[in-house]
Amino acid sequence: MYQGPATALAPLAVALPVVLACVVLIVERWASRRLADLLAVGTTVLVFGLTAALVAATRDGRVVTWSGGWVPRGGLSVGIALVVDQLAAGIACLAAGLTCCALLYSWRYLKTARAHYQALMLLFLAGMVGFSLTGDLFNMFVFFELMGVTAFALTGLHIEEPDSVQGSLNFAVINSLGAYLSLMGIGLLYARTGQLGLAQLGARLAGRHADGLIVAAFVLVTIGFLVKAAMVPLHFWLADAHAVAPAPVCVLMSGVMVELGVYALARVYLTVFSASIPAPVVQRTFLVTGLLTAALGSVMCFAQRHLKRLLAYSTIAHTGLFLIGFALLSPDGLAGVALYVAGHAGVKGALFLLVGVVLDRYQSVDEGELFGRVGGRHPACWMFLLAALALAGLPPFGPGLGKAVTEEAAATAGHPWLVAVFVLVSAVTGGAVLRAGLRVFLGRGHRPEPIEPVEQMSGGRKEPETENTLRRTPLTMLVAIGMLLIGSTAVGVLPGLAAAVGRAAAVFGDQAGYLDQALFAASAPPVAAAPVAWWSSSGVLLGVASTVLAAVVAGLSLYAHPLVPHRLRSHLAAGFEVVRGLHSGHLGDYVAWLIFGAAGLAALIGLPLLP
Amino acid sequence: MGVLAYAVAGWLVIVGALGMLRSRNLVQATVALSVAQSGTYVFLLAIGYQWSATAPVFSSGSPPTNQVVDPVVQAMALTDIVVSAMVTALLLALTIQIEKTHRTLDPDELQRLKG
Amino acid sequence: MNRRARLSVFGLGAAGLAVLFALALAGMPDFGTSDHPYRDLAVPAAVAHDTANVVSSVNFDQRALDTLGEEVILLSAVVGATALLRPTPHETQRPPAPGGRVLDGTILMAYLLLPLTTLIGLDVVVHGHLTPGGGFQGGVVLATALHLLYLAGRYESLARLRPLDWYVWVEGSSAASFAGIGLVGLGLGSGFLANVAPHGSFQNLLSAGTVPILNVVTGGAVAGGAVVLLAQFLNQALGTTPQAAQKSAG
Repeated sequence: MYQGPATALAPLAVALPVVLACVVLIVERWASRRLADLLAVGTTVLVFGLTAALVAATRDGRVVTWSGGWVPRGGLSVGIALVVDQLAAGIACLAAGLTCCALLYSWRYLKTARAHYQALMLLFLAGMVGFSLTGDLFNMFVFFELMGVTAFALTGLHIEEPDSVQGSLNFAVINSLGAYLSLMGIGLLYARTGQLGLAQLGARLAGRHADGLIVAAFVLVTIGFLVKAAMVPLHFWLADAHAVAPAPVCVLMSGVMVELGVYALARVYLTVFSASIPAPVVQRTFLVTGLLTAALGSVMCFAQRHLKRLLAYSTIAHTGLFLIGFALLSPDGLAGVALYVAGHAGVKGALFLLVGVVLDRYQSVDEGELFGRVGGRHPACWMFLLAALALAGLPPFGPGLGKAVTEEAAATAGHPWLVAVFVLVSAVTGGAVLRAGLRVFLGRGHRPEPIEPVEQMSGGRKEPETENTLRRTPLTMLVAIGMLLIGSTAVGVLPGLAAAVGRAAAVFGDQAGYLDQALFAASAPPVAAAPVAWWSSSGVLLGVASTVLAAVVAGLSLYAHPLVPHRLRSHLAAGFEVVRGLHSGHLGDYVAWLIFGAAGLAALIGLPLLP
Repeated sequence: MGVLAYAVAGWLVIVGALGMLRSRNLVQATVALSVAQSGTYVFLLAIGYQWSATAPVFSSGSPPTNQVVDPVVQAMALTDIVVSAMVTALLLALTIQIEKTHRTLDPDELQRLKG
Repeated sequence: MNRRARLSVFGLGAAGLAVLFALALAGMPDFGTSDHPYRDLAVPAAVAHDTANVVSSVNFDQRALDTLGEEVILLSAVVGATALLRPTPHETQRPPAPGGRVLDGTILMAYLLLPLTTLIGLDVVVHGHLTPGGGFQGGVVLATALHLLYLAGRYESLARLRPLDWYVWVEGSSAASFAGIGLVGLGLGSGFLANVAPHGSFQNLLSAGTVPILNVVTGGAVAGGAVVLLAQFLNQALGTTPQAAQKSAG
């Protein structure tokens, strides 16, 4: 049924941030900056409330809103539908919550371009909410570009720093090229089916064998989303963008924007292509690419000294894990990924904001320059170390629960060796962050040598993001960081939340239900057996194991002299230098790898399907 | 004729990407991105074409009973053009700032984001 | 990577994509086919809402959410470019020096064309639901009309006719109005961005309901946005002295 108060929530959640962003722009010109700040934070709270109401309304089924009142007749419509299931509402809610914390962090102190920063953040939120709630493929492209345009401008906001504008340019070109490839894919689908809505496309493609056009359409449409998700080799822009963007923007990018790429991949595959492109092909493809992404991300993360780049590579590693979880194509896998995303967002966001606090105080983000400078009495110290342990999978935090559920799903799906991958990747990335925290805050281990700027980006001698170097960290910043950590903990300790995510994941993969509810106003189908998404004893043990392993990794890199024989070490080092050399910051390299990656994905999907 | 339109669209996208790769000037790279996008316009409009159909605008000389080409792809192309113009504007703004801070527009000389 | 390596990686990728695209083309419907299912739904819907320009109907009535997104992209890009090109403490802002020699013929043409182009722009905007055109196209024409003054070498006149505050107002309020009109539809129960104004009769100026209203709103937003955007770039080129030039001059 297309009427009812719940159907108004989705359009309001998209339109209100737009209207209020314009109000913020106008208010700031004629009133004070404080009022603009207040209005911006108030808007995010409002959007959080709307999306939370949407989460509650979708408990028993999807909420479908046909914009313009163009309800379908006979399964066809000219309009655009906003088809919201509980996972979509959940990720929109996550976006709103993260934006609220980010704006709270930047309250009054951040050196910003007047009210343009707040307006851009609100428009970014509108883009993210629209992207997650829409049920039309071309509309997804439009909101994808909206997310992109606002993110490019926000990333380059520190225009006086040479790094910022270059990082933002790399980000902009690669993401835009990916989006245009997606548009070619959308065109191919339109040529075949004459439809643009996800439900209509799924209905038209159901049961037809996947020929060259369908494979090409799938590959091209998902390339844009995979660029956003930073799958290898489309990931080069992410480290550059995160290294230069203001800390609150990094929170949004790593916390939810990158994950929206994985969400879109899952949504498009499960709703449009699941009946035509066979599941084993997709599973194998994303298992391979997920493993590659996780491996590269962890290795590059471990070798980093620039704190923000370190966290960025850890996001890439986790994206690899999310892709592996998706590749399982089961409700348990999806539930695990959803919980992992929610937990990871809070922890990663807190880590980025803590690095921002350090940057504002000490004007550096280099592990070596900051060695021991911050001191253990600063409240950021224990928050950082706690967040590092949570990232490694410590129970009872959110990332640990997500990891546990996904590992369980992998084992049940017949890939028990993936459990080792999850443990290893979490340990290496968590260990790298832990090592960074121990060096910066407590001065443990030996002081690292100064790095060669020819090989690695230097994090030293940076301008603070606030107007002046802060002597004391303001309360608003600490409160924002605390809220993110509490949110991440809540994901791991509230059984109701985890159970809801489990049910939502079962609904997410139900293509028939999506089509019926969107096109025929059917009532919600009964949920098949929802996966049990909670801590099991093996899950807890594995979480503790990966945390202990992370501590070992951190300890080894801080204290121990290498135990590996010299010849092997130099071979490994040479191999690693080749990989690191690929991350050159050169735009042409990134474009080449994007095209190569698109062809690679086409080969992985298309070759097994050749007759 | 049939395949030619689509082949031109694909060619434009590839050539635009090649242009971005080989360029020694960021403004040229930005324009190459626009070239890549113009491939998408050609593709969309070619998909919507119909032989001996008129434009999807009705007037006294063109009653609603006429066969018209697909208006939806034209609307999509319009959205696409606006998006392209806006992205180009942002890229050019970033290029201006790169020139001011790095004193060069050559991608080969922008060496700061490594590792 | 050196240039050779980059080109080889790209070459492999492009070859793969070319094969993929060729396979896709093998499955495409014939060029110029008469089988367009979406068109067969869109044209009757446009006629039912008394909109003569079907593309405008698709843009502002049937798929208005896409156009709202596009509006917001425009607003974001203008705000973003303003933020990226903002004056920094290291630069001085100076009033632009009078331009070099401009041919008298150019100045004459610019002054003649300015009112003409403005009228054409307004015409394109207002008749968007009847003839090809609409808010986006007309808005760009209006912004161009104003910048004919720049071509005539009269940047100061342009700057005087372009109080940026007003244009920011126009742009912001137009974008907000688009969303606001959509919310009106929501409030009235017809649906977000529904066509709630009276439809009038086919091919009249007052027809097609909210489509001409949204056209005018969009025209305002695009014109205001383009003027603000160009103002940032012109200010960078003409009105800003970077630090190094200052040092060498002083």
